[in-house]
Amino acid sequence: MTEQNYDAIVVGSGISGGWAAKELTEKGLKVLMLERGENIEHVTGYVNALKAPWEIPHRDRLTTKIREEQAVLTRDGFMHEANSNYWVKDAESPYVEVRPFSWFRGYHVGGRSLMWGRQSYRWNKWDYEANLIDGVGVDWPIRYEDMAPWYDHAESFAGISGSLEGLEQLPDGKFLPPMELNVVEKDVAARIKAHYNDARRMIIGRVANLTEPHGGRVNCQYRNKCDLGCPFGAYFSTQSSTLPAAVRTGNLTLRPFSIVTRVLYDKDTKRATGVEVLDAETRQTYQYTSKIVFLNASTLNTAWVLMNSATDVWPDGLGSSSGELGHNVMDHHFRVGASGDVEGFADRYIFGRRANGFYIPRFRNLFGDKRDYTRGFGYQGTADRRGWSRDVAELGIGAPLKDALSEPGHWTIGMTAFGEVLPNHDNKVTLDKDKRDKWGLPVLAIDCDIGPNERRMRKDMANDAAEMLEAAGVKNVRAEDNTYQLGQGIHEMGTARMGRDPKTSVVNMHNQVWDAPNVFITDGACMTSTSCVNPSLTYMAMTARAANFAAEALKKGDV
Amino acid sequence: MNTETPLAINRREAVQRIALLMGAAMVGSQAILSGQPVPQKQTPSGFTDADIALMDEIGETIIPATDIPGAKAAKIGAFMVLMVTDCYNDGQHAAFVEGLRQINRDCTAKYGTSFMDSTPAQRTELANALDAGNKAKDPHFRYFKMMKELTILGYFSSEIGATQAVKFVQVPGAFHGDVPYKKGDRAWF
Repeated sequence: MTEQNYDAIVVGSGISGGWAAKELTEKGLKVLMLERGENIEHVTGYVNALKAPWEIPHRDRLTTKIREEQAVLTRDGFMHEANSNYWVKDAESPYVEVRPFSWFRGYHVGGRSLMWGRQSYRWNKWDYEANLIDGVGVDWPIRYEDMAPWYDHAESFAGISGSLEGLEQLPDGKFLPPMELNVVEKDVAARIKAHYNDARRMIIGRVANLTEPHGGRVNCQYRNKCDLGCPFGAYFSTQSSTLPAAVRTGNLTLRPFSIVTRVLYDKDTKRATGVEVLDAETRQTYQYTSKIVFLNASTLNTAWVLMNSATDVWPDGLGSSSGELGHNVMDHHFRVGASGDVEGFADRYIFGRRANGFYIPRFRNLFGDKRDYTRGFGYQGTADRRGWSRDVAELGIGAPLKDALSEPGHWTIGMTAFGEVLPNHDNKVTLDKDKRDKWGLPVLAIDCDIGPNERRMRKDMANDAAEMLEAAGVKNVRAEDNTYQLGQGIHEMGTARMGRDPKTSVVNMHNQVWDAPNVFITDGACMTSTSCVNPSLTYMAMTARAANFAAEALKKGDV
Repeated sequence: MNTETPLAINRREAVQRIALLMGAAMVGSQAILSGQPVPQKQTPSGFTDADIALMDEIGETIIPATDIPGAKAAKIGAFMVLMVTDCYNDGQHAAFVEGLRQINRDCTAKYGTSFMDSTPAQRTELANALDAGNKAKDPHFRYFKMMKELTILGYFSSEIGATQAVKFVQVPGAFHGDVPYKKGDRAWF
């Protein structure tokens, strides 16, 4: 007989869910981690990870079958043949696009921690003050100082490699040794530094790939196959890192195929009592009880669970008293930047496939700079020599073409900006009860778009990239805006924002739902603003902080 | 996507269209039709063994054997069948199938012989002309772009291409961002 009662239930097993499970079990709590999808075992579950290129039947191109079954995913280039099994099928998990929204989901143990980009940056002190200063959205009830020790904690465990730069806009952390910029990137970085008097800096990406053995895990082997799952456990994922830590405590129960349909709520105690689960395979319904519940279902699905937990007390869903539940959906806008050709360096090359690139931290609207928009953006990019798939215009076919393509081509460099998206109450998700998914559950209707601030910012995102490349001597520089729709950044944030006032926010400074303080939201849903840096490290730190608060509060009988 | 029947029909239609389009020029090209009367053995995708042999030779013309084996050794014909069947949409698929007929028509117009019966020198000259025509954006030669792309992709990602034409290391184990390179050294896959 399966035990039905736990100290804590964690809904979701991705980056933040894994962290919640690790921290809570390490504090001695008996934890049930629920995952809606299948289990993917570390190493043995990574079915394509060790295949050679010629062992992938369509050489990693998408088949028409994949394109038809996973059409949403084709809106950007994250899915390829070898990792297509990690992404959801549209027919099983539909959603309604009131306005276009790309929702890229991975339903399995580990969630998107298996496929994530692994770029890991701390927010800076201004990021946590931005809403207050701009009068946009609501003020964060926490500041960088509240988060700093938890960033330390998250980095120390996850293993983030990076360089110490002493930049206020991109705080340093507890890093493993940095990866290396390649010879062309170093040259461009030096030219940018000189041209802008060090007001702009190109650094190696800070990435959750180990550059030396760490915590019993092997260092990165430079295969650049991360999104297939790493058999070496060399990048941070639930499977490689937090799940084994939680399992080691003996306090974790992991239940895959468990779709949490609602949080059970007791109106007398004003507390959650557990969750209801629909078994995705058997379609049986189960109830599990617990003292606390962590919602880490990924931003929009966390909102879905809360909205689907409507009661006569809260008809719009648990946590809806402020009217902000489901609102303020955000992402990072990108797909805009510049690229060009690099002359020279014909006698230089690289060895190994570095699963990382360079990063240019934010420089706009900082240190006295003032633009016609608020907030800013950073760049991610790489330089490399062209490979065999390049077009050789001057060659036709035959041995000359074969010989030419067997050698590396000239160097190119390109970069894409990632920009901050402002919170906007009108950007929202709601339940659409007329449409049902494979399991007969109502689906989300998503109604969002970027606004004038983001559109103005995109002009700088293209122009500044081109200007920097030209200043660095890059030739044939092309600035490009390949258009963007919310969601494509796969950095969904908002819908259950943190704030100081229960009237205008969904969770408090400890990630507790105001309306049910034993429910904690620590995935992207709790985000009040977005900064312009990749969010996952902040989710890790935020989750660890909230989990430790929750464990202490439980001990004291405070939740 | 069920391609078996539609492709067989497409193929017949293509042959009929050739007859209509070519008119007087057909005199010299009867060999195309009579040389390959009815598909003898069809693969599940609808391509015949003769089609695959033709694709092997087209691929070998684009990426020939040198001191390193070429596209035919990398089974480029079978790869093209797989990609066209599984990855092309219906319109691209039909255009590719038609391209297989067109290359014979183009070959016959130039040399009075089918592609399979032409000499290696004729094939190379023809393929260079087709490539130039495609680069000049003449839609007549668009089919050749498909063949060239499939050949390059299929060859360089094959075991032969990836490990002999270029170099592939499954587990590099390290990254070095500045290593010497001299002309003639092979690229990394």
